[in-house]
Amino acid sequence: MNLWNRLMCYSRRRSPWLFHMNGGSCNGCDIELIASLTPRYDAEQLGVRLEGSPRHADILCITGPITHNAVGAIKTVYDQVLGPKGVVAIGSCPATTNVFIDSRTLDGPLNKHLAVDVFVPGCPPRPDAIILGIAKAAEILAERAAKKLPIAPVVMPLVGPGCGDGCPCAPATDSSSSEVQA
Amino acid sequence: MSLTTALARLLIFPGLLFAVPAAWFFLWVERKAVALMQGRIGPPFMQPFYDFIKLLGKNTPPREGVGGLLMKAWPLLAVSSAAGAVALLPVLPSSGGFEGDLILLLALLEVPSMCIIAAGFSSRSIFGEIGSAREAVLSVSYNVVFLLAIVSIAASQHTFRLEALAQLPSSPLRWLGVLAILVCLPAKLHLNPFSLPNAEQEIYSGPMTEYAGPELAMWELSHGLEWVAATGLVATLAAPHVTLGWLAILIFVALCFAIVLLLSVIASATARLAIDTTVRFYWQCTLIFAVLAISSAIFMRFRS
Repeated sequence: MNLWNRLMCYSRRRSPWLFHMNGGSCNGCDIELIASLTPRYDAEQLGVRLEGSPRHADILCITGPITHNAVGAIKTVYDQVLGPKGVVAIGSCPATTNVFIDSRTLDGPLNKHLAVDVFVPGCPPRPDAIILGIAKAAEILAERAAKKLPIAPVVMPLVGPGCGDGCPCAPATDSSSSEVQA
Repeated sequence: MSLTTALARLLIFPGLLFAVPAAWFFLWVERKAVALMQGRIGPPFMQPFYDFIKLLGKNTPPREGVGGLLMKAWPLLAVSSAAGAVALLPVLPSSGGFEGDLILLLALLEVPSMCIIAAGFSSRSIFGEIGSAREAVLSVSYNVVFLLAIVSIAASQHTFRLEALAQLPSSPLRWLGVLAILVCLPAKLHLNPFSLPNAEQEIYSGPMTEYAGPELAMWELSHGLEWVAATGLVATLAAPHVTLGWLAILIFVALCFAIVLLLSVIASATARLAIDTTVRFYWQCTLIFAVLAISSAIFMRFRS
C-alpha cells in the first residue's frame, strides 16, 4: 500500500459517521445507541458522529427485528449510504429476531436482506459494547475498502455489568475467538 | 498589488497554505470546546483532517443534467470564494491591498452563504429546500446589521481599504461596530443559537442533506475557511497596530483563536432558537446597535 492508501485507510478507521435506523425496535437499543454518544461514554473520541442524512454516513446502525414495513425503508437507506460502507446490527433482535421469533409481522433477521459486518448482541447491549462494535466496523470497513475483501460478519462479545479485568470489553481482547451466542 | 504578490497571498499566506490547516484547526477547536463544556474529552486533534480525507475517498451519487452539474459546482464556488476572502485579510503590516478591498472581502464572504441557498434548492430535497429558505431569511436578517456595522466603521475612518482601517487608532465607535459584527457571526457561521439552516436532527442536514463524499468535504472546508475569514475580519478590526511582522501574525492568530473559543462556548451553552425569534432578534434588538453606529459615524463625519 502506498502512502495515500495508508492515510485513507487510517482516516476511514478514525472517522466513522453513523446513521441510525430503527427496524421495528422496542426503542431499548436506540436509547443505548444514543447513550453511547453522550458525555458519559463520549464516542466522539473515536471520531464517531451521528449524522442526519444517510448520504453522509459510513456505518448504518440498525436496531430491531425488521418488520415487514421496515424492509423497504432499510433497503432504500442502505442504497443511499455511499460506499465504502458498513452495517452494524445493534442488539439481539436484528441478529436472531430475539423474543419476536416466528412472529407473522416480521421479515427478519437482518442478514436475510443486507450483508451485516458486525453483530452487537445484548438485549439491549451496553453502550460500551456498541462503541466497541462501531470501532470494529470502522476497522473492517477500512480494511475491506483497501484490500477488496468479501464481507464476513463478526459477532462481538457480550458485555455485561460489572466489567472487571478479565471482561471481554477490555480493549486487548481478540473478538473473533470469543464468539457468544445471542 | 502585483500579480506575484496577489498569487502569493492567495496560495501561501494568508491564503490556502495557511488557511486550510487553520480551517481544520478552528473546526477542531469548535468541537473540542463543545466537548469540554459538556464534560467530555472530545475528538482528537487531527479529527477534521481525518474527516476530510475520508470524505475524499467516498463515492459520490450519480448526478445527471444541468442540475447535477450545478450541484457539483456550488461547493467548489463556495471554497474558492472563501479562500479568496481569507487571502484579502491584511495580516502582515504593509502587505499591500487596494482601495475598496473591504467591499470585495464582504462580497466574497457572502458567496458561500448564497451557494448554500442555491445548493439546497438544486438538490431538490425537501429538507434542503427548508434549510435554504431558512438560510435566505437568516442572511437577510443578519446582513443588515453586519453591513451597517462595517459601513459605519469604514465611514468614520473615511476609507474602504482594509489595511488603512487596521492601522488607524481604535475609537469607541469602532468597538461598537466590532461588537455588532460579533453578534452577527454565530448566524453567519451557522452556530447555536442561530444554527437554523443546518439544524441537525430537526431538518436532517438542511441544504447539505443530498451531498456526499468529496462534495461534502468541500462544504466542510468552505465552512472552515468561512471561520477563518470571518474571525480574521474581526481580528483585523480589533487588533492593535504593530509594525513587527511576526508579532502581527501572532496577535492575529491569538485574536482569531479567542474569537473561535468565545463563539464555540456560546454555541455549546445555548439552544437553537426558532426562525421567527431569530429574525425578531436581529431586526428588533441588534439593529439598534447598527443604527447607533452608523448615525454616530455620519455625525462624526459632518463634525470633522
